[in-house]
Parts: sequence; C-alpha cells; structure tokens
Amino acid sequence: MSRITPADVRKVAQLARLDLPEERIATYSDQLETILDYVAHLQAVDTEGVPPTTRAVEVVNVTRADRVSPTQVREELLDLAPLREGDFIRVPRIIVS
Amino acid sequence: MVPSSGQNSWVAVIGLETHVQLGTDSKIFTAASTAFGDTPNTHVDPVVFGLPGTLPVLNCKVLEYACKAGLAINCSIATHSKFDRKQYFYPDLPKNYQISQYDEPIATDGWIEIEVIDKDGQSCTRRIGIERLHLEEDAGKLVHGGADQLAGSTHSLVDYNRAGVALAEIVSRPDLRSGREAAEYAAELRRIMRYLGVSDGNMQEGSLRCDVNISVRPDEDAPFGVKVELKNMNSFSAIQKACDYEIARQTKAIRAGEAILQETRLWDEATQRTRSMRSKEGSSDYRYFPEPDLGPIEVSAEQREAWRAELPELPAARRHRYVDVHGLSAYDARVLTDDKPMADYFEAAISAEVDGRTVDAKAVANWLMGDISAHLNANKLSVNALPLGPGGLAELVALIQGGRISGKIAKEILPELLAQGGTPGAIVERRGLAMITDPDLIEAIVAELLAAHPEEVALFRGGKNKLQGFFVGQLMKKTGGKADPRLANQILSRRLRG
Amino acid sequence: MAIAAWRRRLLAREISAVELCELFLGRIRHSDEQVRAFLNVTGDQALAAARAVDDRLAAGERLPPLAGMPLAIKDNLCTRGVRTTCASRMLETFVPPYESTVTGRLWESGAVLLGKTNLDEFAMGSSTETSAFGASCNPWNSDCVPGGSSGGSAAAVAAGQCIAALGSDTGGSIRQPAAFCGVVGLKPTYGRVSRWGLVAFASSLDQVGPLTRSVEDAAELLNVIAGPDPRDGTCLDTPVPDYTQGLDRDLTGLRVGLIRNCLEQGLDPAIAASVSRAADQLAALGCDIVEVDCPRFGDGIATYYVIAPSEASANLARYDGVKYGLRVEAGDGCTVMTARTRAEGFGAEVQRRILIGTYALSAGYVDAFYRKAQQVRTLIRRDFDVAFEQADVLLTPTSPTTAFRAGERADDPLAMYLADLLTIPANLAGLPAISIPCGFDTAGLPIGLQLIGNVLDEQRLLNVAHVYEQKAQVMARCPLAPLVSSNDPV
Repeated sequence: MSRITPADVRKVAQLARLDLPEERIATYSDQLETILDYVAHLQAVDTEGVPPTTRAVEVVNVTRADRVSPTQVREELLDLAPLREGDFIRVPRIIVS
Repeated sequence: MVPSSGQNSWVAVIGLETHVQLGTDSKIFTAASTAFGDTPNTHVDPVVFGLPGTLPVLNCKVLEYACKAGLAINCSIATHSKFDRKQYFYPDLPKNYQISQYDEPIATDGWIEIEVIDKDGQSCTRRIGIERLHLEEDAGKLVHGGADQLAGSTHSLVDYNRAGVALAEIVSRPDLRSGREAAEYAAELRRIMRYLGVSDGNMQEGSLRCDVNISVRPDEDAPFGVKVELKNMNSFSAIQKACDYEIARQTKAIRAGEAILQETRLWDEATQRTRSMRSKEGSSDYRYFPEPDLGPIEVSAEQREAWRAELPELPAARRHRYVDVHGLSAYDARVLTDDKPMADYFEAAISAEVDGRTVDAKAVANWLMGDISAHLNANKLSVNALPLGPGGLAELVALIQGGRISGKIAKEILPELLAQGGTPGAIVERRGLAMITDPDLIEAIVAELLAAHPEEVALFRGGKNKLQGFFVGQLMKKTGGKADPRLANQILSRRLRG
Repeated sequence: MAIAAWRRRLLAREISAVELCELFLGRIRHSDEQVRAFLNVTGDQALAAARAVDDRLAAGERLPPLAGMPLAIKDNLCTRGVRTTCASRMLETFVPPYESTVTGRLWESGAVLLGKTNLDEFAMGSSTETSAFGASCNPWNSDCVPGGSSGGSAAAVAAGQCIAALGSDTGGSIRQPAAFCGVVGLKPTYGRVSRWGLVAFASSLDQVGPLTRSVEDAAELLNVIAGPDPRDGTCLDTPVPDYTQGLDRDLTGLRVGLIRNCLEQGLDPAIAASVSRAADQLAALGCDIVEVDCPRFGDGIATYYVIAPSEASANLARYDGVKYGLRVEAGDGCTVMTARTRAEGFGAEVQRRILIGTYALSAGYVDAFYRKAQQVRTLIRRDFDVAFEQADVLLTPTSPTTAFRAGERADDPLAMYLADLLTIPANLAGLPAISIPCGFDTAGLPIGLQLIGNVLDEQRLLNVAHVYEQKAQVMARCPLAPLVSSNDPV
C-alpha cells in the first residue's frame, strides 16, 4: 500500500532532523518501502472497537511528593555540553526560516 | 498607534491560550527547584537535562493544583487522563519533545465569569467558555548573543532553570469580543489562580503567559475569519492593546482587499504594534503519541470532591457578596477583590467588633482603597505586611462613626498607624486629639472669634453667608482641628445670626 | 561454575575476590581480541572493588549476596563515572553523572564491574553488527554473530569472561543472543525491574534482565535487580520474592502450552526437533503438554516494528548536539548543526528506525500505523490471556535459526527483523520469558528454547527452566568450542 518516494523520506528526515546525503535517501526509500509494506499487513486485522495498549502492564496514579532535592552534579552536567560558556550551554545561532 | 480603519471596526472573535506556572516547590517530573531568577542552570538535574536513561515521575502537588484550578474554572475533571509527547526540535526543549496532554486533558468544558465596567461605572458580566485545562512541562530559556533578540544574533545561550516547571495550559473558547474583554479574562484567570494559591501569576517573570487567537468578521453572524496568533504580551494592558491594534489592522486589510495570513505575530511594546514572526513552517507536525514513561491518571469522585471542598471563595463570588451583602458598588467590590490579601483584610476589618458592634463596610472600603492603598503602592508593600491590623482599621472607623474624632484627625494619625501600628484610641488619647464636644467650650471660643473679627461679623450679617466657612476655619485652627464640626457649625450659625 | 559455588569458595577463603577478579580479567585478555565482547574493560576499578570485598571479608563482615562476583554490563546501562556509549558515535565520550538503578543495586550487593559490553547501536539490531565500534563474535564460531542486541553480554558469559552479565530486551535482545551463545537469558515482566538509567530504545517494551550460565544464577541476579523504584513510574510496586527458592519444585501437573502455528515459518529443522525433544522431556517430568492458540502471535513483528521505532524516534530526539554527546559543527545555525550531528552520529539502522517511527507518527499516517499497531497489541495481549487459562507456561523456540554468519543479513533489514518473530510477542504483552539452551544444531551451534510465563510469574518460569536444565544437562554434552572456557577452569 505504501509507495515511499525519496521525497517522502526527505520530508520525514527533515522532521527527524537528519541531514542525509542523497544516496542514503535513495537506499532508505527502498528499505522503508519494503518494511512499511510488510507492516501494512496490520491493515487486514479487524480492530473495530479494540482499545489501544500503550503499556502491557498498566500502572495508575504513580506520583512523587513535591520535595526539592538540589542536584549534586551541576558541574558534571554542564561539563557534558559540547560547548559550555560559563553557566550556559552555547549553541549556534537559531535561524528562523 | 492603532491604524485607522476608516470606518467602524468589524467584530472580533478572540480566544486565549493561557499558560499558568503552577507554584509547586519542585518541577513537574523531577525534584529540581522551581525558584525563579537564580544563576542559570542551577535548578537542573539529569532529568531536566534529558540525559539518556532518565525518567519522569509526576509531582502529586501538580495534579492537585491542576484539579483545583480545573474545578475553580467550572471544568469537569477527567476520571481518566494521560500524558503525551509533543515532538519538536528546539534547543530550549531538552528532550526535543514536551510532555503534555493531547487528547485526554485533566479538565474540560468549563467557564468563568468576567466583569467589565464601563466609564460610567456600569458593570456588565459575561460568561466565557473554557475548552480545556491540561498539564505540561515548561521549556528552558534562550539568551541570544550578539543582539538583544533572536533576529541578528550570532549564537544563543541555553538556561534550563525553567525547563520542567509545571504548566497548566488553559484554553478558552472563542467567546471574547474585544481587547478589553480579553484583558479582563486574563486578569480574572490570574485572580482565580491567586485565590487558589496555585500560582503567583507574575507576568513579568513569565508565571502567566497569554497567547491570543484573533480574527475579525463583518458582523456577529458571519463565519469566523482567518485567525492570527498573537504572542509576547507581558501585561494585561498589552493584551488589550495588541488585540485592539490587531482588530484595526485586520479590518483595514480586509477592507483594502488584502487577505489575512494565518500567522504568528509578536506584540512589540516599544512600537505598540504587532509584527509578523514567521509564516507557520509548513504547519508543524508534532507527532503526538502517548507518553510510555508515565501511567494514566485516574481521579476518583471522592478525591475530586475532597479537593472541591478545599477551594476558597473565588473572586466572582466575593464580588457578588460585597455588592449584595455589604452594599458596595460594583467598582469598589472589584477593586477590593482584585488582590486576595486585600479582600481578606477587608473582611477581617468588617467582621471585627469594636465595643460589641461592627463598623460600616463602605467606610472600611474607602479607607482601604484610598489612603491605605496609596501608602501600600508608594512603599511597595503587601497589605499583609502592614503594622496596622484589620482590627485597628475597624477601631479607627469606629472612632469616626462614634464621633470621637473627625475624619481629618483620622487622616492625621493614619501615617503613624500605618508605619508603627498601635491602637487608634491610644494614639488619640496620647496625642490629645479627641474631638471637642463640649458646647460650652466651643461657645467660649466662638465668642472670642466673633469679638476678634467684628468686620467679618458685620459683613456676614449683611448677607455674606459664605463667611461662615472663614469662621469654621478659624475655629479649627484654634482647636487644632479637634472641634466637633457639626457642633461648631451649629453654634457658629446661631451666634453669627446674633 | 555457578554464583553460589564461587560464593562458597570465597567465603571458605579458597579464593580471594581479587584472585577471582584477576581470573576473569585474564580470560578477557586472553579471548577478547577474538570475541570483542567488551567495549570497555574497567580492570583497575574492578580490582579496587574486589580488594574492598577482601577487606570486608578480612574484617569479618557479613557480605551481601553478590560480593566479589565479577559481572559485565551492557553498555546501554548508565554507570556513574564509566563511559556509557550505547555502541554509538553519538555517545562515544559520554560519562554519565549518575548510576542506573539496576547496576547500583548490583554494586550494593557487592558485585564487581568488569566492563561494559558491546551491543547493537542503541540496542537496535539482532547481531551486534550495528555497533559503531565493530561487531562481536559468537564464541562458538567466530564467523557467526553472537545475536543481539545484548550480543556482547551473551558472548562474554558464554566465553567465560564474566560470571554473569546484564542485558536489555526490547524485542528479544536478551533471549536471542542467549540462545545463539548457549547461555540463559531472562526478560522479566515489564515493570518488574527499574528502567532508571537504561538508555531508552522503546520505553513501553524495554526491560533489563540477566544473562547467566545457569537458571539459578539468573534467579540470583533477578533477586538483586528486581523491585520497585521511585525513579521509574512504570516499575511495579510488587514485593520481590526470593527467586532462588522453589527452583526444584516438582513439575507434576504443570501445563506447558505449545503455541499452534507459531513454528511454521522458516524454522530450522534441528531447532524444531530439539524443542520437540524438550517438550518430551518436560512431559517425562510430569508436565501436561497442551496446545494453545495465539492467532495474532504472527502479527507481533509488524506491530513491534511500528511501536518500537515510533517510541525510539522520540527517545532519540534528545541527541541533538546541544547538551551532551557528539556535536558536529557544520554549516550555519543550530538546526543545521543538529541535523548534521544526527546524520553523522547515528548509524544506518538507527536512522532507519527513526525514519520509520517518524513516518508512522506523522500526520496522515498515525492512525493507519501507530494507532492500528496499538490496537493489535491489545489483541496479542488478549491471546495470551486466553492461552494462560489453558497453560501455566508457554514453550517456543527462542529463535527460528541458530547463530547466522556475520554479514549475512546486514543488507536486508526486513530479514533481520523477521528473526525476532518468536521473542517479540512477550515484549508486546509485557510477559516474562526465558531462553535456555536445549541442544545444538548440526554445526554445533547452540539452540535455545523459550518459556513464556504470565505477568509476574517469574518464579514458576525459573522453576520450570531449572528443573528442565538439571534434567537435560544440555551444556554437559556440548561440543566444546575453542573460545568457550570450560565450566570449572580454576
């Protein structure tokens, strides 16, 4: 049922923030088509009125108390950043298209 | 700088999406603090940073606050609700998805009553529908480098202190019709949240943020026009002005035959205009799906009713009561109830008994809205921090009503009371400010005055009645303002007429 | 040798914890150039931890159950101060500032970390071939894959490089490599074990579990890692029994269900024969062998390959070059930086799954794919509910084939996915399942059988597996392979 074109893959790759070279897009188009074609078998299953399952073993109303526990690892966290600038993490400029 | 539309504006259709930061101590899904204004990236931990392998666990206080807020705006609380992931990439969003609620919000289908008072003091109430209230996590903050805004910046700096603070997003129905109503709706929402104690609603600090959806149409029966989203208003008056500007802009554009673009526009406080932020990037695809890391929330009827029982009296109910029971004007009721501590103070003062009796509510209201508010504003104080308690104010009013001091004397001793507290009676006593109510004493002083000003007496008797004021002034000067004004006038009238 | 036996020798002072640790470090040195099970061997830390155990022993302290036991940990479990890469360029230098709950519990129980084991990148794969740092080998035949994604852990246990290991299982990632490497692999009930610190692949399916040389050892590890955790809201609040108790219980009257029609597609005849022999042995042990229907069992793969990539596409969105991990400085602006970082930081299999998941959740497709798969998931779960009215445990092969040759399926993702046919349904239904060796194919490669239990029925599962294991003595008759250390080498 699903014909996956390079244009489809390009669009999905953009949503997923993947800057893929053209040859990869071509390969992925074919592979995705095969996989999604297989997966499309699910369409044949009658699911009329069947509720969805998100977790197989459900838990309800799991909460924690409203207590603050200051981190002991702030410096470690900031040092993980590829580019730390003082108390901040620095990123390249944000371009709004 | 509202562009002129040439003729009367079209009819606006306005809906608000309001983000209310819930005032819990810790964040919605982790134990980091929600404190505002600290060193960047202080209130962080592995969960806030979205580190691999970290998991969210819901703060129970957030759930309670959300349900109470939902009940206060007359919503149904969902017996079953869940969290979803809303996916979009932005560097202020650590996981690049926001945990939110998509198709099963915690509260739906409510309303609030807003009251708009026109220039003549006429109040008009309207019921504004609430579509939903849902929970989500806040994003962090970006500081743009090389420019004071995003445009033109060379880089950005990320601060996750705010990331993960609990938000209740309240979505109104498109029931608002003017900038004034939109601003009042937002103000009333904030009042409600403050009464509940679930948010400080501070717009400057971003605890309350409003986005406006606005369109215009030629008349009430016409279909909705293309809607524009307005952002970046950080005061109620900005909401009002942004709406008014936009109504005029859209009306003018349509009249000029231009199409309205579905877009997001930013309110610019400096130029008092809205400007286009960007055309929506090919309509965003958020790819919502149920958050697998969080189980569903089920609120039992029992729990819901227990929370409902804990709700305080809300501002609209108080306004009605102040008008109906205490005889205040709609305007006064509104001013007094705007701030809950002020309203609480008012109530304590009017229920305090002085010599077994309560005092006049209107008089208490006037003192609170007049001199006391002026003092609080001038000194940036909260009414809670006032050394003069509600009982003291009640006593002051009782002293006036009982004729022990004049209003003028009351104003004279007020600064001391406001600054240092103490009981008005004792101050009056100590400073010898009690009213002179002895007729003989006043007779004697009047006799002296008449003797000292024979020309004025003659003129008065010649028909210049206005001169009585001169004699009252002289009398007050002589008595340091303490003479009972009613008695003084009586005696003066009699003696002047000879 | 089993954990209990090492423990006895340790307490009897026949061997010190340091000696035990050195023994295994020596084996890693000896064989890991070929097996390549480890991405990182933490020798110095391991010896320091072992010395601490010896000190406590010398001081006459009562030691916790796993004291001195050298373990290997799959490199998608966060270990504080020890690099955790998920076998991805994206996290090549990532050192977590916190410890996963399961590993924290192991260290509290005295266990010693030998190192972090290889896996398919972000646990996406069935062979360890998608590891950015090279594939591991199957110790039984170094031309074959060890399975995946917990291939490094399975290979390390099989090669005798550690006493036991932890893996994670999203669609069979513990059981299939356990089967390929001839060891025991247990995937607990969803929520039995905390996921805090397990780098998420598909959150609603991921579970941590042990890979061991015996069922009893699996029970020992499960005892330590299972149980409620306030930091994982999906972790079940159910008390943990002593899983080592009752392993020997008699199986008479126990109903073992064979799933009708699940063994037909591409099943290796040697595997069919071996599993059928196992069923006969269980019958001989007093079990009633019954046939059950799970009509939607075969839809597991399609369901899984919608749900798992969908969740993964969101879980992996956080790797954006901003906060941690790789950043590729390229082009102009933050968006380009992130897109290039993700293009270079993720391997092809990870990218494929992100694309599938993004597609399945995107506007216009979410109902046909994601929502539909969630509904079929319900049907699969209901099938099991019915099956467990008729049977106490279910028996299947773990994998339709034994270990395949490296490179064989690398260019055919779908063929690789289809190999998960038999393991995936237990993940979708959240059920506990164990793979134990049940024989060898003609090439001498191990065959695994899978037992699936009802929710939180790990005790029964372990009981059946243990009694079978003791009866069948499969490993005692193994054709010993060059890279597999014999059981009692000391």
